[in-house]
Amino acid sequence: MTLTFFWIFGVIAMGSALLCITRKNPVASALWLVVTLFALAALFVLLDAQFIAVLQILVYAGAIMVLFLFVIMLLNLGRPGPTDIRGPAGLLTATVLAGALLLLLRPISEAALPSSIQLPPGTVQALQQQQGIVGSVANPLFDAYLIPFEIASVLLLAAIVGAVVLAKRKL
Amino acid sequence: MTFPLIASAIKVFVVFNLIMVGVALLTLLERRVCAWMQDRLGPNRVGPQGLLQPAADGLKNFLKEETSPAMADKALFTLAPIISFVPALLTFGVIPFAAPLPTKWGLVPMVVADLPVGFLYILAISSLGVYGIVLAGWASNNKYALLGGLRASAQMISYEIALGMSTVAVILLAGNVTLSQVIAQQQQAHVWFIIPLSVAFVVFFISAFAETNRLPFDLPEAEGELIAGYHTEYSAMKFSMFYIAEYSNMVTASALMATLFFGGWDIPFTTWDSTGDPRVLKTLLTLLVFGAKTFVFLFTYIWVRWTLPRFRYDQLMALGWKVLLPLSLVYITLVAVAIWFIRVRLGWEYGTGMALVLGGLNLVLLIALVYWLDRGRIVSGSVQEEAA
Repeated sequence: MTLTFFWIFGVIAMGSALLCITRKNPVASALWLVVTLFALAALFVLLDAQFIAVLQILVYAGAIMVLFLFVIMLLNLGRPGPTDIRGPAGLLTATVLAGALLLLLRPISEAALPSSIQLPPGTVQALQQQQGIVGSVANPLFDAYLIPFEIASVLLLAAIVGAVVLAKRKL
Repeated sequence: MTFPLIASAIKVFVVFNLIMVGVALLTLLERRVCAWMQDRLGPNRVGPQGLLQPAADGLKNFLKEETSPAMADKALFTLAPIISFVPALLTFGVIPFAAPLPTKWGLVPMVVADLPVGFLYILAISSLGVYGIVLAGWASNNKYALLGGLRASAQMISYEIALGMSTVAVILLAGNVTLSQVIAQQQQAHVWFIIPLSVAFVVFFISAFAETNRLPFDLPEAEGELIAGYHTEYSAMKFSMFYIAEYSNMVTASALMATLFFGGWDIPFTTWDSTGDPRVLKTLLTLLVFGAKTFVFLFTYIWVRWTLPRFRYDQLMALGWKVLLPLSLVYITLVAVAIWFIRVRLGWEYGTGMALVLGGLNLVLLIALVYWLDRGRIVSGSVQEEAA
């Protein structure tokens, strides 16, 4: 059952990701990316990570991609433009690079997971039973990884301030 | 295995039809209440008191000609109403609407799906509704529609943040994100969350109006400026789907306000509904109470629509980013500190006492907030301003 769903959503994710990079219309590309994000959220649910799945939809599909569309529409880029891959030389380079990436996938598929990130089956379910669906994500975040978490938030704040300064020279 | 599946299918069918009928009656209610407030009669010709008016409207929409602008993006133009319609109906799925129903085959919880992620699911799915509006505006290839779509995307993202932040306080107090737990917590303490978290309710209430694109925040369609905004080019059933989406969003938002802040299906001043054996009578009565609470908010939506004028766009953005967002951030900090102090320092469990202490804190904050927002404009009257 789970394996069937994995293949369904995996194929949707791959297909929509391919469509996202091959469409010439920016709005269509953005929408295919939304479909990809949805398929990924479904894969997260199959991994018993419902909280991450919901956040994926809420933050990426529901907020960031809407802003992408906003910018595309505001700059009126919505009509199909010329393709990025120009001429036979560009096409050749793209094919070679894609082939190299596919070759890289082989050793990854053969390699085993390192034992340090392998959990005995049922650990995640037990953790969620004990700490709740949000707690099993929040507890490590605010306990073991508190300092990296807070530093990341300061980094994001600095990025926001930087963006405001760049966009508004005169405050 | 089969019984829960059959029960779910029946619940999906019943809830879907209830919402559709509710939405149909809501369109009539809107027009009748509007007429009443403007001292007119309103539609009262089709059926007794105009009750069959929605059916006539629906028939008209089915039979009208579908127009399609020549320069529109055909695929997205057709897809846009569907994208706005589907999330609007999906969101109701996690809201519990009555006490569990006992049947021959076992207890049936009166919620379509009690997901562990609870109302985060509602936030996630409802944030997708904006795609329908944005794409409708873009695909129509009409400048007014495009402006409406742009406004919608900016507005809904801005107010989604305030909406999400205001619910953080509810999660802090309930300690869980599932809506059935939120209701259970309110029942145990015999105090609804409106008392200990009244400021959060104010923020949620305002943001919910903006999220559903209702007056005074209906800038995406602003008929005085943008003809009809994002649905300018739509006709017949496609237009009707936007309409149904807006009203079912209203139903969900009202049900959510009733659930998060007014005890959901809890019957006030009695513990009879949540303790003891489940009975069919309890399910029916709690369903009725839940419906009544939702109806109050639906009526408020209509009431506000015919009372307040529309905001200007810069006022809308200023309210969202400069008032509601900082307010909810400060509020989360204060409530978190207060809850920590009461739980850890005083060692109280959540109950009536804790709710009342938090209620006192909220009352002070609410008075300060109203005083600051008002700054002598309404409470002291406009007479002073004229004199000055």
